[in-house]
Amino acid sequence: MKAFQAILGVWLSAVIFCALMFPIVGEITRWYEFPVIPGLEQKARILFFHVPLAWTSVVGFVVSVFYAIRYLRSKQIDDDIKSSSAAGLGLLFCALTTLTGSIWAKFSWGSFWNWDPRETSIFVLLLIYGAYFALRSAVQEDDKKATLAAVYAIIAGVTMPFLMFVMPRIIESLHPDPIINTRGKVSMNSTMLVVFFSSLAGFTALYFWIYSLKLRVARLEFKRSSAGE
Amino acid sequence: MIMKSDGFIRITAAVFRKDTSSELRTRYALNALFLFTLTTLSIILFSFQSATVPVQVHAGLLWVLIFFAAMSGLSRTFITEEDRGTILLLKLSTISTPVFYGKLLFNVLLLLALTAILTILYSLVLPGFAVMSMTSFCISLFLGTVGLASASTIIGALIAKANARGTLYPVLSFPIVLPLLLTVIRATTIAMEDPAWDAAMDEYRVLVSYIVAINAASYLVFEYIWKD
Repeated sequence: MKAFQAILGVWLSAVIFCALMFPIVGEITRWYEFPVIPGLEQKARILFFHVPLAWTSVVGFVVSVFYAIRYLRSKQIDDDIKSSSAAGLGLLFCALTTLTGSIWAKFSWGSFWNWDPRETSIFVLLLIYGAYFALRSAVQEDDKKATLAAVYAIIAGVTMPFLMFVMPRIIESLHPDPIINTRGKVSMNSTMLVVFFSSLAGFTALYFWIYSLKLRVARLEFKRSSAGE
Repeated sequence: MIMKSDGFIRITAAVFRKDTSSELRTRYALNALFLFTLTTLSIILFSFQSATVPVQVHAGLLWVLIFFAAMSGLSRTFITEEDRGTILLLKLSTISTPVFYGKLLFNVLLLLALTAILTILYSLVLPGFAVMSMTSFCISLFLGTVGLASASTIIGALIAKANARGTLYPVLSFPIVLPLLLTVIRATTIAMEDPAWDAAMDEYRVLVSYIVAINAASYLVFEYIWKD
């Protein structure tokens, strides 16, 4: 665990350093230079933080739904602890995604919020997390709470693809992924791609590390609360 | 007398008949929903005065009305079972899935009737409400209503088990039905602007797949709510 933490720390520091310090130039002559993406320029740097955050918030949701299904099959309270911990962490990453995206939108589109389909979908993900915890707090008994929360997570999981994948394709979006990714062609050069995927891997590892810590805390809290009764 | 050994369709029909006759006896949901519609419509009328509003606003307002009508009426089917304590009897005498479908059928028909009344009233009292393609408009309303009723039914079943039902119901439902609402508002707007009946074909596809997805998920999870 110690070695894992050290590697993760060095890894993420390196990613942050590269993402912030590598120059963005028009003509690439050296290996450490990023190309200019039209319409993004220096703002392209948020790519290395915002996209991994959005990715981890979806990972958190998927993990939560996975353990929700496991809970309904097994009825082991530990699966519910795993599910709700993943959702709690997903909520944190989702809030960070909204925040970074909104700051970027201010400088690219001129306002913090303008209901772009991508903004709508992240907003709804935020609402789902909120509703999930509102439902949990409205039920007292542990088993019932776990069952209802699991059912809600599954229903939300079924409707989420409509917002994530269907809506942005019906309604025009100004979000850069269609700009960068016109006809599926990525205009990042290989250095940029390496940093980007390193960042993605680093943030995912960070998520699972915090997740394991949160899980330990949640298990202890559950033990304490059931012992106190 | 309905037995557990009876066929799926017979139990579904029996649950539906039970809910319908108990509704017709008290007319609670019907009256409440009708008055709710009347109140909201008059508020809209007062605030509009004689201003002409664009088509998108009409489509949006119509669905706001239908959404909140659904939120105020559709959770009742499950909540009354809990409140009257009849849920135990229902659990003893039937199996879970047909109960869900009986109640789903009841909610779909209730919301369809409500949407029909609401839309007719809306088009009568609000000036500037015009539909270019009647077929497309009816398809949008029908698909939207069925989808909304399906989502409301499963969330209603969920909410009946929790405390603070009244406030929690729209909170839980809104994120679930938002993809549906956004799509159906677009489809309705298109129907009010474009005379071709198949102009909103993409939206219909999304609506149909939404209805299929939410019902499949409900079918899979309802048993767990019911057994609890």
